[in-house]
Amino acid sequence: MPEREITYAEAIREALREEMRKDPSVFLIGEDIGVYGGAFGVTQGLLEEFGEERVIDTPISEAAIVGAAIGAALLGMRPVAEIMFFDFMTLCADQIVNQAAKIRFMFGGKAKVAIVVRSPAGSGTGAAGHHSGSLESWFTHVPGLKVVAPATPYDAKGLLKSAIRDDNPVIFVEHKLLYRVKGPVPEEEYVIPLGVGEVKRRGRDLTIVTYSLMVRRSLEAAEILSREGIDVEVVDVRTLRPLDEEVILESVRKTHRALVVYEPPRFGAFGAEIAALITEKAFDDLDAPVMRLGGLEMPPPYNPHLERRIAPQVEDIVAACRELVS
Amino acid sequence: MLSVSDKLKMYFTMLCIRRFEEKAEELYMAGKIWGTFHLYIGEEAVATGACFALRPEDYITSTHRGHGHCIAKGADVRKMMAELMGKATGYCLGLGGSMHIADLEGGNLGATGIVGSAIPIAAGAALACKLQKNNRVVLCFFGDGAANTGEFHEAVNLAAVFRLPVVFLCENNLYAMSFPVKKAFAIPDIAERAKGYGIPGVTVDGMDVLSVYEATKEAVERARKGEGPTLIEARTYRFRGHSKSDKGVYRTKEEVRMWMERCPIKRFREHLLGEGVPEETLRDLEKKAEELVEEAVRFAEESPELTIEEARRLVYA
Repeated sequence: MPEREITYAEAIREALREEMRKDPSVFLIGEDIGVYGGAFGVTQGLLEEFGEERVIDTPISEAAIVGAAIGAALLGMRPVAEIMFFDFMTLCADQIVNQAAKIRFMFGGKAKVAIVVRSPAGSGTGAAGHHSGSLESWFTHVPGLKVVAPATPYDAKGLLKSAIRDDNPVIFVEHKLLYRVKGPVPEEEYVIPLGVGEVKRRGRDLTIVTYSLMVRRSLEAAEILSREGIDVEVVDVRTLRPLDEEVILESVRKTHRALVVYEPPRFGAFGAEIAALITEKAFDDLDAPVMRLGGLEMPPPYNPHLERRIAPQVEDIVAACRELVS
Repeated sequence: MLSVSDKLKMYFTMLCIRRFEEKAEELYMAGKIWGTFHLYIGEEAVATGACFALRPEDYITSTHRGHGHCIAKGADVRKMMAELMGKATGYCLGLGGSMHIADLEGGNLGATGIVGSAIPIAAGAALACKLQKNNRVVLCFFGDGAANTGEFHEAVNLAAVFRLPVVFLCENNLYAMSFPVKKAFAIPDIAERAKGYGIPGVTVDGMDVLSVYEATKEAVERARKGEGPTLIEARTYRFRGHSKSDKGVYRTKEEVRMWMERCPIKRFREHLLGEGVPEETLRDLEKKAEELVEEAVRFAEESPELTIEEARRLVYA
């Protein structure tokens, strides 16, 4: 029997539904997640099943949404907050960075903040400067937070279920351009542990380390390169913090070349952490310096031709790989 | 008192807003404008009446639903259309698009995609007006949704205690995206909030351009005299969805139809006819607005796009 295929958005919805059915302490809170079904349709149908007490529409108040999630978590609930666009994470940054991440530690390990904050990131929709950001790197810098950025429907579902069950605050980075992408997701239940990466494609000549949408683009690039005799391995870290160092290092020790691909502006982004890791722990295995391919150093432009240039495209990844093996 | 010629100017502004947006919608359907935008159709009386109460040297801050504010403040629709089409001749060189149009020379300090974020900026502009003693006023547009953000509360309080020359104009179109004001507020009138900051608050019919004008004029005069801010709530309605992805599941067709019957342009047209303005004069203005927008499309279509190198040079001053 062929495996069932569903979209990334549907996979996320399934994870929410299953965890809500299983655990009455799980509830959703956010803007337009009820009757509207979420700005990207992710929560469609959940209001009908779970009612207004567990699918809570709020006024436009991001700090209050995350703050309320934290408060409820202190009393044992497991809220999943939706922040409509990742750019709006700035509006609740105090609650995430100063409160959610630190409360447990500051309170001597006596509290837990079991919240998930889901939010769509990324450019490519023509939404310009305030609706196209990839700010995940900011949150990877905060001890106390976990940051997850799945690339496939299968991973999105399995990782979100783990994120909801996790006793720590988890930032769950969804990519707008992935929402409609289909992939195999089994009917039966499964979870994917946080902090475990995966080799998405085996290869001998070089390793691409990446996450989220860039996994998909890297796999396409690898296909093109395979026709030129360049055999690319693609490592999807899946969880940015905690990072699965071993899956990266093992691959690089085999291929001896590493390219880190990521969408945020190149300078100071999470990809640099991966590059530093490889340089520190696999330096002797490298045949070439670690290469980074990140976004351009500019806010997301509206013009679509310019917008396309700011994030790595398949052809950019292909070019970078050619350079790395030459 | 407004002269007939003033009123005809107002009417023409409302027509330009309506026509501009209908055209933009058409171009979107034809794939010439992408991404998304937020149409102001139905709310034209608010921007028009409010901006008419300003002097040309005064300022406004705008919102994600900002085309109307921009036109009412006197923007060139050619540069607006070019912006929507991502062209280098647009107000923001095609880098901002619909949601970020700013006409700094014309006193429009910009639209924003972050709900509520322009409210503190309006307070800051008013602070500069006060420090520069330039006798100018800032008119701050925002929606009912923004009135529940932290930035609203912080900025209105700051402006009130500093007695800044700013007018806070809440365009209450009854829905923050899909969330109805009835669920978002525990008070009947958003203008009541003013009490909490020690400033006057007034609710007006946002479908009536003259009511909006009168209320804003009074608030602008107060601000200019150094008596501080006012909160105006204009009750209005957007005839279209929140954005291009809105399926409209949260409001009834009857409700939309009822509000469309109260169309601010139709209503003002009837008022003008009642004042003895010949219908032919109105038809001429309607034709003129149409032509202006057509010319804007031609201009935008013929315009070049910015290169990535040019864009790169704009990141830092």
